[in-house]
Amino acid sequence: MLRPLHPVPPGTRTVLGIAFFALFVAFWAWITLGGHVNRIFLADPLSMLKDGWRLLVEDRFWLDILITIWRVFGGFVLASIVAVPIGIAMGAWKPVEAFLEPFVSFARYLPASAFIPLLILWAGIGELEKLLVIFVGSVFQIILIIAVKVGSTRRDLVEAAYTLGATDNGIVKRVIMPANAPEIAETLRLVLGWAWTYVIVAELIGSSSGIGYMIINSQSRLATGQIIFGIIVIGLIGLLSDFAFKALNRWLYPWSLA
Amino acid sequence: MSKLVIEGVSRTFAGVRGGQRVQALQPVDLAVAANDFITILGPSGCGKSTLLRIVAGLEAPSTGRVLLDGKAVTRPGPDRGMVFQSYTLFPWLTVAENIGFGLRERRVPERERNEIVASYVDLVGLKGFENHWPKQLSGGMQQRTAIARALANDPAILLLDEPFGALDNQTRGLMQELLLGIWERRKKTVLFVTHDIEEAIFMASRVIVMSARPGRIKSDVPVDLPHPRHYTLKTSPEFSRLKAQLTEDIRIEAMRTAQTQSA
Repeated sequence: MLRPLHPVPPGTRTVLGIAFFALFVAFWAWITLGGHVNRIFLADPLSMLKDGWRLLVEDRFWLDILITIWRVFGGFVLASIVAVPIGIAMGAWKPVEAFLEPFVSFARYLPASAFIPLLILWAGIGELEKLLVIFVGSVFQIILIIAVKVGSTRRDLVEAAYTLGATDNGIVKRVIMPANAPEIAETLRLVLGWAWTYVIVAELIGSSSGIGYMIINSQSRLATGQIIFGIIVIGLIGLLSDFAFKALNRWLYPWSLA
Repeated sequence: MSKLVIEGVSRTFAGVRGGQRVQALQPVDLAVAANDFITILGPSGCGKSTLLRIVAGLEAPSTGRVLLDGKAVTRPGPDRGMVFQSYTLFPWLTVAENIGFGLRERRVPERERNEIVASYVDLVGLKGFENHWPKQLSGGMQQRTAIARALANDPAILLLDEPFGALDNQTRGLMQELLLGIWERRKKTVLFVTHDIEEAIFMASRVIVMSARPGRIKSDVPVDLPHPRHYTLKTSPEFSRLKAQLTEDIRIEAMRTAQTQSA
């Protein structure tokens, strides 16, 4: 009955996808409400929702959510503005690649979280530091992925453009950039997901606002319901921004899907 | 005076990992008169595509030079329009924008550009498909667009590298008639590379047969069949005679290729 690579009908796909969520929550409810784990370490789904509601209504948690969103997008936009042109330049012009690639490859492995103490020394514990953590975490990744994508631009398209009279600059502007635009957008979507990880790490250390701050704050009060609520909020926002990004790409680049 | 002159052009590739250098093309001499339709026929791997790419300026010859209208070819340019075997339409541009690509690159004003594009859309029978993306087109329609795109620049010579090689037989036959019809009406110097003997004869005013690798010109066969040509010509006695002659020529070369590969 299960044939390899055989597609599943869309209706069944939705049902199966929701079924796992239901199973997961059911299991969670069973071990917590059934008394199989200590309530101190893991809140049950109902008290998680109650805690979450209280957070939003009484503790103005939505302000923390907005601050975290702003940090993610701020740092991510900064990183994109710097990284996209450098990545394109590295992919298009081989001397630029030879010059920067070794360093960027090295810098990519520097963990953004390890920079936090240093960034706090340099920029304090304000917004700039949070943006910089995300910037450091994203910028080298974006550069490298885009450089590789641009470097593998279809050669036959480049040759065709040359035989049509394109100049070297014309090749970059009218072939390399449009040909890779959907891939670049896709790369940014991917890295935005990673930026969510960096922002929470940045907020766990030396912070007084944001989702990450609420989570670390809840730890000391053993408020596991709040912690789980915070994590779920991050997941939901990530999912939403991912959908928005995908929709934007589909709208911008209809030709790549036609 | 000849439109295109190829003088002692050869091509040798550096050996892979210190291996022996490989000669793809022995020195080739060829003079092409204006408005001639030349087909270059040879077994696969004989260097015929390499020769065409050198004329296009996409590859540099190891020796010799190519002159177009008396000027040496050093790099690709809009005076040598090219149609590739692979589908090379720009996927992010519509059919009309693809055809207008070269004109835009040469800064032809938009109004004039639109007129030229419309006339070439018409010429290759793509009316109604101007705003389609390449992905929405069949292989034959994509190659028609590619031909229109190359012609829209009004190049001095049109280069085609097995343009119908990826198409099914019926479509290929129709495309041959379409291209030949355009040539009969508009007169253009054409260099057309193929490994299909029938195609080579049907299209050509002159067939250049190339030897197995390393390629050289083995024979130069004028085709004096009358124009306009109709597909029924392929079953005429003169056509069959030419086909038999060229089949024999190519067969020897193909066998030679097979032998060097198994050795």
